Amino acid sequence: MATTTDAAGATTRPTPFLLVLYRSALGKKYLMAVSGIVGLGYILAHMLGNLKLYQSPEAFNAYAEFLRRLLYPILPESGALNLLRAVLVLALVVHVVAAAQLTALNRRARPERYRSRRDYVVADFAARTMRWTGVIVLLFLAYHLADLTWGWVNPAPEGATVYDKVVASFSRTPIAALYLVANAALGAHLFHGVWSLFQSMGWSSPRFDPVRRTLATAFTAVVIGGNLSFPIAVQLGIVA
Amino acid sequence: MNLTLRVWRQAGPSEPGRFETYEATDVSEDSSFLEMLDLVNDGLIRRGEEPIEFMHDCREGICGTCGMMIDGQAHGPQARTTTCQLHMRSFSDGDEIVIEPWRAAGFPVLKDLVVDRSAFDRIVESGGYISVETGSAQDANLTPIPKDDADRAMDAAACIGCGACVAACPNGAAQLFTSAKLAHLNLLPQGQPERSRRTLAMVGVMEETFGSCTNYGECEAACPKGISIDFIAMMNRDHRRALMTERRGA
Repeated sequence: MATTTDAAGATTRPTPFLLVLYRSALGKKYLMAVSGIVGLGYILAHMLGNLKLYQSPEAFNAYAEFLRRLLYPILPESGALNLLRAVLVLALVVHVVAAAQLTALNRRARPERYRSRRDYVVADFAARTMRWTGVIVLLFLAYHLADLTWGWVNPAPEGATVYDKVVASFSRTPIAALYLVANAALGAHLFHGVWSLFQSMGWSSPRFDPVRRTLATAFTAVVIGGNLSFPIAVQLGIVA
Repeated sequence: MNLTLRVWRQAGPSEPGRFETYEATDVSEDSSFLEMLDLVNDGLIRRGEEPIEFMHDCREGICGTCGMMIDGQAHGPQARTTTCQLHMRSFSDGDEIVIEPWRAAGFPVLKDLVVDRSAFDRIVESGGYISVETGSAQDANLTPIPKDDADRAMDAAACIGCGACVAACPNGAAQLFTSAKLAHLNLLPQGQPERSRRTLAMVGVMEETFGSCTNYGECEAACPKGISIDFIAMMNRDHRRALMTERRGA
């Protein structure tokens, strides 16, 4: 842990480790990777839990109730849920703020563009569009919460079950299409992000390296495949 | 072969630059890119014009001075090749070739195609060495080094500091250079005593000038020595470990 020395030569309180970490650009990347991992865990659990949609309305609503009563009565009702929400919000804030600061740093580091046609040689579409897919996912997240968590823009009547809210929302074709677009953006973001986090964390070894790309592809395929199936299933009348 | 060159001309660090068009005629396809520029400059000097300023030294691909952006690619279209080792047979008769200096905040343009790469020197000065007592040389093979480690350290040490990684990086980041300069010492026994201090110092100086890595991999593709981005992962790991263990100011 870093310590600072004042003018008189006296050692003052050590700077907190997280602050030392955050001050460096490499540290911001670690924190982006760690907050990304938190997000990945959530996104996978979210998709798996929503598969209950295919079981029955009762199973799906019971799952929603289970989340509210998670760890009850050790914690008050919704206590564990709100704790998880707080962790997610914190991870999201760290991820977005660090990304914004690093983007600003990168713009300063490369103020002049090449005048000639300068194309990427190896960077794929997903890597080049991280900032944009990130912003799209963020905007979508705001809508998604307003739709299904807070219910502000949900068409279902007051007091409808969670299942009914999902079906009511996805029954509107433009909204189903919006979910498809947002998940495509999320998929691109994950495809580069899952691979990239291994580099940022320094998790690299000759044996493991070839697996990293496969892992990123598989994770993206599973999560996005599941997510895309929900609005499609509602549109096709499989879930009603 | 005859070529049309569009070359960035800039009289000084704070002067505005512009592209000038030059015709390179009767170019042998066996000549190197720099020899082609030499001939163009010869013509310019004969006409009493300022020759195109560019850096060069060894002309055998090992010194790292001759970097330039050729048609938007660092050191031109041929992979793992410095500009001096790029030959005109990589081009076709009648081609238009756009030539620009490296562009990054860390590499200010001095004149035409010449940039100031002393930011790299500052990174190396901050820790890219080992401290040893001088005296008589120790016995050969006194310090055993696993073959794999020696090979990887040698791969990192192949870096010639040309700056193509920074030039190719959309973020103007110097991760590949810094990680190579760290790895060739951090992988060997002689580099261990100063490993943490070295990593923190060199990363710190790097971040004062250069951008941050977004794992595009453009640097690895542009590197004339084929340095792997695996070294960037190693630097990230070493840096995190150093932050957790080093007691700076203690």
